[in-house]
Amino acid sequence: MIGGHLPVLLVVLPLMAAPVCVVVRRPAWAWTVAALASWGAFVAALGLLLQVLEGGPISYPIGGWAAPWGIEYRLDLVGAFVAVIVSAIGGIVVPYARSSIEREVAADRIYLFYCMYLLCLAGLLGIAATGDAFNLFVFLEISALSSYVMIALAQDRRALTVAYRYLIMGTIGATFYLIGVGLMYMMTGTLNMADLAARLPEVAETRTILAALAFLTVGICLKLALFPLHLWLPNAYTYAPSVVTAFLAATATKVAVYVLIRVYFTIFANVDVFEAMFLREVLMALAVVAMLSASAIAVFQTNIKRMLAYSSLAQIGYMVLGMSFATLTGLTGGIIHLFNHALMKGALFMAMGCVVFRLQVASLDTIEGLGRRMPATMAAFVVGGLSLIGVPLTVGFVSKWTLVLAAIEANMWPIVVAIVGSSLLAIAYVWRVVETGFFRPTPEGAPAVAEAPLSMLIPTWLLAGACVWFGIDARTTLSVARQSAAFLLGSGP
Amino acid sequence: MTFPGLFNYWVVIALMMVGFYVVIAQGNLIKKVVGLNIFQVSVFVFYISISKVKGGSAPILSEGIALYGNPLPHVLILTAIVVGVATMALALALVVRIQDAYGTVEEDEIREREEAS
Amino acid sequence: MNPATAILACIAVPVVGALLVTLTGRWPNVRESVTLLSAATLFALVLFLFRGVAAGARPEALVAEMMPGLSIAFAVEPLGMLFALVASFLWIVTSIYSIGYMRGHHEINQTRFYACFALALGSTMGVAFAGNLLTLFVFYEALTLSTYPLVIHSGTDEARRAGRLYLGMLLGTSIAFQLVAIIWTGWLAGTLTFTPGGILSGKASGATVAILLVLYVFGIAKAAVMPFHRWLPAAMVAPTPVSALLHAVAVVKAGVFAVLKITVYVFGLDAVREAASSEWLQYAAAATIVIASLVALTKDNLKARLAYSTVSQLSYIVLGAMLATTWGVVGGAIHLAAHAFGKITLFYCAGAIAVASHKTEVSQLRGIGRVMPLTTFAFFVGSLSVIGLPPLGGLWGKWFLALGALEADQAIMVAVLMASSLLNVAYLMPIPIRGFFARADGSAEGDKDPDRPPIAEAPIPCLVAISVSTLGCVALFFYAGPMFDLLRGAVVP
Repeated sequence: MIGGHLPVLLVVLPLMAAPVCVVVRRPAWAWTVAALASWGAFVAALGLLLQVLEGGPISYPIGGWAAPWGIEYRLDLVGAFVAVIVSAIGGIVVPYARSSIEREVAADRIYLFYCMYLLCLAGLLGIAATGDAFNLFVFLEISALSSYVMIALAQDRRALTVAYRYLIMGTIGATFYLIGVGLMYMMTGTLNMADLAARLPEVAETRTILAALAFLTVGICLKLALFPLHLWLPNAYTYAPSVVTAFLAATATKVAVYVLIRVYFTIFANVDVFEAMFLREVLMALAVVAMLSASAIAVFQTNIKRMLAYSSLAQIGYMVLGMSFATLTGLTGGIIHLFNHALMKGALFMAMGCVVFRLQVASLDTIEGLGRRMPATMAAFVVGGLSLIGVPLTVGFVSKWTLVLAAIEANMWPIVVAIVGSSLLAIAYVWRVVETGFFRPTPEGAPAVAEAPLSMLIPTWLLAGACVWFGIDARTTLSVARQSAAFLLGSGP
Repeated sequence: MTFPGLFNYWVVIALMMVGFYVVIAQGNLIKKVVGLNIFQVSVFVFYISISKVKGGSAPILSEGIALYGNPLPHVLILTAIVVGVATMALALALVVRIQDAYGTVEEDEIREREEAS
Repeated sequence: MNPATAILACIAVPVVGALLVTLTGRWPNVRESVTLLSAATLFALVLFLFRGVAAGARPEALVAEMMPGLSIAFAVEPLGMLFALVASFLWIVTSIYSIGYMRGHHEINQTRFYACFALALGSTMGVAFAGNLLTLFVFYEALTLSTYPLVIHSGTDEARRAGRLYLGMLLGTSIAFQLVAIIWTGWLAGTLTFTPGGILSGKASGATVAILLVLYVFGIAKAAVMPFHRWLPAAMVAPTPVSALLHAVAVVKAGVFAVLKITVYVFGLDAVREAASSEWLQYAAAATIVIASLVALTKDNLKARLAYSTVSQLSYIVLGAMLATTWGVVGGAIHLAAHAFGKITLFYCAGAIAVASHKTEVSQLRGIGRVMPLTTFAFFVGSLSVIGLPPLGGLWGKWFLALGALEADQAIMVAVLMASSLLNVAYLMPIPIRGFFARADGSAEGDKDPDRPPIAEAPIPCLVAISVSTLGCVALFFYAGPMFDLLRGAVVP
């Protein structure tokens, strides 16, 4: 019965495939392995989501050791949803990677990219699947270490310093998380999330647990690049190979947001963290500052990848904002934006990857008049950009609708103003690119470039199309997000 | 609690702050890695400290001992050490590559060379 | 044919038309035939719907459910019917005009021009037939985006600046005010469907209604109530057919139409009348009427003068809506149609003069009536209609609006209307009068250019279009009865 082992298969498949890539070495074969593993993981994740939707959360004891002692994999609706997002992006990125990586990574290192990509995928899926706080740390580090390597694979030497800085920041974040877990273990004697949730209320008032919460929050916020802990992100996204940026932007920060959701709504489910410990005010303030300041900085960027990176910071603000309402609509908004932003940022970074493929650099100078030479690529960018602004019939609109609704429900008008203000800034930075790409004449002596290869265009358009599809019919995604939020806000796991 | 009871935690805090300070204040990439390592080790010490049970012996089964320390944190820290070693290896590998690419491992010099190019 | 199918076809025909225009771009004659054919088909479809609506039917069509309780749906009612009739009829006329204008002017990017034009018309139909606020918003934004390439058609720096202002102001206000108001309305009322009598009655306090009303009126910047009017004069850099159909009819009328529709079907007339802010909004509209007329007096550029005249005239309709009396709303709607014919005639003439003589400033037009008698005469008739003199359609709108003002005990608004008419005379009449009676300046540089052929009448297609729209102004005077009967159905159930 393979269905029963899906939770572990989800993680083991890419984990086992990674060393195979090193063994086969030939880029084409490594690619095949990576593709099969990520599609397999996607099928597994989808199967899990259906199982969870049908029969509720799935618990899987690793090695047959029962829950509080052994490591438990536990997939509830949120976890399964995040797993589907991550593996779907993975499945779409792999076909795209083939041409893109050949252009941006030295030929003798291509197999390493696929190996690291699979490890990262395994780590991210593991985070979504696990029900154990310490196990989560291990997966967090697996995915983080492999992403440092993927960033450093770029041929630009600046990628090395960027990867180094990311490593320092990421390790500090992970260690903070570890300290938080240790403090909780000290007080409760368990690492299982469900167990922690049950035992924490008794000791919630202690200073130790307060310290644990603080360490966890800071550590995870470093990972998800919440303002002001975001300094590593813009450069990392700018200098990494395009595929890596697309993959990390669409998955890694989302998974970090998921970890934050897990901590607040599963581990601390029975403790009133938002009201009693001022978390709401703190998170909300940081999220709002992130939304406004990062969008404002994005307006002044000329390198488009960096511009999109700053936009990501703002969008992370939206997710954290949605979560910090701790209401049904707010959390729904946060979770749906997790999905929606993965789609749009994936599409945007992949479109820019196509530009880099042809022109080496994606900056406002190089894309003048590019709309004529690479119409499909630039059109995909427009779709993603409109989604970022939140134009109706795109996924961004659904997110924005839900978040504004949450703010109105909570009677927080300044937040409404902040969301709106950030959207207005998004118009400014997206439109700079669109105007330059489509409505400026092609400069004299610009290289005559053709469209990107189909193997890159089709994945890009898959995501851009999904931006529109799930923007027109958001019922499925919204209902999953709403059910997840209801589940998280219910009586805990 | 008496002095020895809290001693470990004081050490942990001291190590943690030393490590953290080195990571932030040092411009030399190797020294930063060292600082990071000290910072991580403080957490290992912390975990080991919480596993101690008063009067308990090391968690190795042997006759005549009824009270053992908690073995689980030890196991956890084994894992964390592995993660730490991997991080360290990667960080040092990156430093080697940076030395190749820039000819220096000093942060300010790297910045100068980057601006010059 | 099934009315629901006809509604959907009304949206689909222009979109398919745009697609075919793109495909047949290489053969200008085929391309223009496609445009004309789509326009004719669209008008036939609208006529078909009109027969049913005039008989009291209210056909509906559901496209997709976007989020639970929120759908893209259409419902035809008298206000929208009138708007659709005007816009689709004038599309045929403008298409004929465009052929003469674009070829006479040797414009670039004609395929993009015709394609975007068709898309804009499709969006206009969507606005006209929208069955709920969400659908209205979707097509409102689509209209902005599809007209943007038309505004920056020439690709000059000036055009790009204008485009930025256009997009920034229209998208910005719609997201900042209108979207927030829509979400708020949805939350209060539990529905967004346009319902006779309003959906907010009894669900919102007086203060909330007052704030919402302000958010809507300023959030619909297409209605160009000051201070959100700057985009309209800026948009005049577009080719004249665009200024004529889109910036005198489709886009701006979509704005005032939305205001009317929201007044009648979201708030209900009683609620608007009682709202604390409606009187202030009346003053804002009145101020716009007078100030824009005064600004028009100072403009020497003919199109800029007409644009400010449009700003002024649009506020008549906003005023009618804010009076919230039966006569006010009916007067506003009739003014919507009558002003459309009058102003489009004026723009046609301005464009014809520009094509034939390359003159764009009012001061250059002395004696133009001697070389272009037909055009100048049409300008004269159009001016009379905009001023509101019998026997032209412009009379009725002002007449009913004045009645509406009296009905609402706002005699001062009658004075504003009268003052505005006088200002209309002051800024419009000098043009044809000087054109006919003043002696042409011999010093105009263009005339001394030996290479340039002597000024003659505009190209034939332009003249045809001018004649049709001029006759339309006259016809509206005599056929106001049926229009009135149709509209009463909207206000008095």
